Amino acid sequence: MDINKSIKIKNYNEYVKQKMPKSKVFLDCIKAFFVGGAICTVGQGLRLLAQEVLLLDDKGTAAFVAMVLVFLGALFTGLGLYDVLGNFAGAGSIVPITGFANSIVSPAMEYKREGMVLGVGAKLFSIAGPVLVYGISASVLVGIVYFILHACGVATPL
Amino acid sequence: MDFMDFVNAFWVGGLICVVGQLLLSLTNMTSARILVAFVTAGVILTALGLYQPLVEFAGAGATVPLTGFGYSLATGVIEAIGEKGFLGVFTGGITAGAAGITAAIVFGYLAAVIFNPKIKK
Repeated sequence: MDINKSIKIKNYNEYVKQKMPKSKVFLDCIKAFFVGGAICTVGQGLRLLAQEVLLLDDKGTAAFVAMVLVFLGALFTGLGLYDVLGNFAGAGSIVPITGFANSIVSPAMEYKREGMVLGVGAKLFSIAGPVLVYGISASVLVGIVYFILHACGVATPL
Repeated sequence: MDFMDFVNAFWVGGLICVVGQLLLSLTNMTSARILVAFVTAGVILTALGLYQPLVEFAGAGATVPLTGFGYSLATGVIEAIGEKGFLGVFTGGITAGAAGITAAIVFGYLAAVIFNPKIKK
């Protein structure tokens, strides 16, 4: 009986160890899903507004949505509300473009006392810089490959 | 069918964020690395022709996550090559992302100047 019991307890403890972090990951994913999904739904509302009310074309719509969401992301970061959301939603608040705005405002605000140039001006890009470097470099690489393939007459997906 | 557009934007956008959350929880990637990875992934997926169908299906669900920024960089470059030839390789990306990039810099700057960080308790 006692041996059985201790085995059971041991098994149970192992079981808990296995399950605990996973279920936290699962819960974090659920939160990220709902918050990220909600931000994208707001974006979809802005798209509808741009297309149906402001009568913008595709490019204008994309620009409008990006600008409004970046503005909201910057504003809510400044008000200290985006960090509250971030603590709850994790990647749900990082991955949307509002999170990109957050990553610009947060360090710039934090380093303000180091001055307007090397504080705010430089720290604006502490995360946005790498994003632009790798994003733009990747797009140039894609462009070069596309250009060569087209020059050779190879069909490409786009 | 506007309602379905909202539903699709919600669940596709949500799922893209879940991918980010899995990277965050399971690999200890920092948020900066995740943003870089998502933009780069967006550029590559677009170049392979895989992201365009997602944008058509999910709208903002595909364009609002940072992969969508990569999408606009890549489509911008490819479009510009069609118009300007090789010069487009260098002008297309930033031109397509101009509104978002400029908004991020200007609104980001203003917010950082106007507001002060909250004192952490």
